[in-house]
Amino acid sequence: MATETQRPWGLRESYLFNRIVIAEIQRAAREGVYDIRGFGAKRRVPHFDDLLFLGASVSRYPLEGYRERCATDVVLGTRFATKPLELKIPITIAGMSFGALSAPAKEALGRGASEVGTSTTTGDGGMTNEEREHSKTLVYQLLPSRYGMNPDDLRRADAIEVVVGQGAKPGGGGILLGHKISDRVAEMRDLPKGIDQRSASRHPDWTGPDDLEIKIHELREITDWEKPIFVKVGATRTYYDVQLAVKAGADAIVVDGMQGGTAATQDVFIEHVGIPTLPATRLAVDALQELGMHRQVQLIVSGGIRTGADVAKALALGADAVSIGTAALVAMGDNSPEYEEQYRKIGSSAGFYDDYQAGRDPVGISTQDDELAARFDPVLGGRKVANYLRVLTLETQTLARACGKSHVHNLEPEDLVALTVEAAAMARVPLAGTDWIPGWNGS
Amino acid sequence: MAVRVREEAEVELVDLETTSLRELNQRLHDLARAPGPAAWRVVNPNGAHAVACGMDAEIEVEIEGHVGYYCAGMNKRATVRVHGNAGPGIAENMMSGLVVVDGSASQSAGATGRGGLLVIRGDASARCGISMKGIDIVVGGSVGHMSAFMAQTGCLVVCGDAGEALGDSIYEARLYVRGRVAGLGADCVEKEMRAEHAAQLGALLEAAGVEADPADFRRYGSARQLYNFKIDNAGAY
Repeated sequence: MATETQRPWGLRESYLFNRIVIAEIQRAAREGVYDIRGFGAKRRVPHFDDLLFLGASVSRYPLEGYRERCATDVVLGTRFATKPLELKIPITIAGMSFGALSAPAKEALGRGASEVGTSTTTGDGGMTNEEREHSKTLVYQLLPSRYGMNPDDLRRADAIEVVVGQGAKPGGGGILLGHKISDRVAEMRDLPKGIDQRSASRHPDWTGPDDLEIKIHELREITDWEKPIFVKVGATRTYYDVQLAVKAGADAIVVDGMQGGTAATQDVFIEHVGIPTLPATRLAVDALQELGMHRQVQLIVSGGIRTGADVAKALALGADAVSIGTAALVAMGDNSPEYEEQYRKIGSSAGFYDDYQAGRDPVGISTQDDELAARFDPVLGGRKVANYLRVLTLETQTLARACGKSHVHNLEPEDLVALTVEAAAMARVPLAGTDWIPGWNGS
Repeated sequence: MAVRVREEAEVELVDLETTSLRELNQRLHDLARAPGPAAWRVVNPNGAHAVACGMDAEIEVEIEGHVGYYCAGMNKRATVRVHGNAGPGIAENMMSGLVVVDGSASQSAGATGRGGLLVIRGDASARCGISMKGIDIVVGGSVGHMSAFMAQTGCLVVCGDAGEALGDSIYEARLYVRGRVAGLGADCVEKEMRAEHAAQLGALLEAAGVEADPADFRRYGSARQLYNFKIDNAGAY
């Protein structure tokens, strides 16, 4: 096969039918099933990369980087819960199921989050003892499947997250393919081993915002009004979803943009449904501000958060906290070049691996294979997660200090400009070097 | 079935016109940690939601009147009797115990229940037993469409008729229907009623206090053709 350098200049690749498209058409014809994969959207969409901070200069003065404090604490669930979450940093670990991830990987996430004083989250499959034991602050998800759901876990959780949707697949259910259904996963989900486990796209006992309000009320009654109740939505009609979630009584709202990761979803869904995290953040803040509930109902943003810059920009747009999923897996070693040889053996490569659904993860994270899972050291993995979270926090503080802020929550849209017209319109901040916000005030 | 008649003095009376739902549920929850009255009578529920939800104690709660959504939700060990009708999600995600509705129940009765017995003496609306995970449900009347949708384990007994798409995408749950079935959902088929099934059904009817002959019922369950994705079944999805 000709390499890039060997290929004759006269050969022109089609934009529409490029090699990726050709490979997918031929795979579909060969296998007769749509492409299910993990990871998140791989297409380029407007993101926080398209924003820049305006650091302090003459008209603003910065905080001294190593001497003046820049606080990072956040409290989630202050609206109704008698025991809101008090976190040291505004970066949480997103919901990822035991089933999708190995037990050691879930343990590592709990260890890492606990070490730095933040929360981690269960997923579609219930709460494991390892996860609870190693997570100082654990958010328990209530999903349409209700796999493993029970009132004891509701009561031993620190918060409850009603999952309406996920950024990778808003409007879609889930699937855990049969080869990841070990005896333990099967038992937790009350299903036979080895069959594809489908998760419904709608909750079984409520539909619509009026019902959601009653459901949240029930959860509060069962847990004696102690636990903060989050509502998680995939980013689509974000403005309306956020307002309806507030009306339904949520303490906090999680908005997951289309770049949000998944363990197993159709590629067509990942790449073609939902809106990016950038406009979703703006819309969510608009919705909260219009209701007078900004900072009263906390906003947690997820989907494509990788760096402290992403964190800082999300906070500047008005989020109270962010959540990370894929980045935490990468921090633990997912897609590491260290495993290149083994990725090659399963037809992938470090930096490209997205077959979380297949359960053959050589790193031992997205698998239920005992031998593979045993490769993953939860103590070391936890340490890596903690390190990574600390770096994100330091980066966020660095940017906040540069903007003269003594708390990361003091970052504001006024600190930002956009590099592209699209990002300026979506984030509603001026295009760099201008005072132009496309689509705003008639412009 | 022997029924013990309690003296009035032994029964804790709670009037929801004068006592808040929060106070009632808190007192019931406290019984998981400290002893207290074993028999409760709740009057004037007036369609309140989440009545007697989240209990974890071997007590009996009699509710005189109609209840709204999620009565006895996530119940563990307790016996709840609703002398009236029930709104959506009665005994949702029940873990154990017994819930009896004298009247009819709205949608999603027993949804995702993982154990215990739910008895509805009247009819149940749509999605009865949706995603059930081990609960047993006995309905004296009929059930609405999409009942036992994605039902995983446990038994749904319907003494009347069943609506459209019964047992759609069913897993290992067992469905017993005495009357007419308007239609079966994807991957749900009629199955042979063997002696073991008749015995199981007979025991459920007896536990529910329903007089019916197991021989009059038909059994339905999964054809297990959709357990693993096959492109040739695409039309069924």
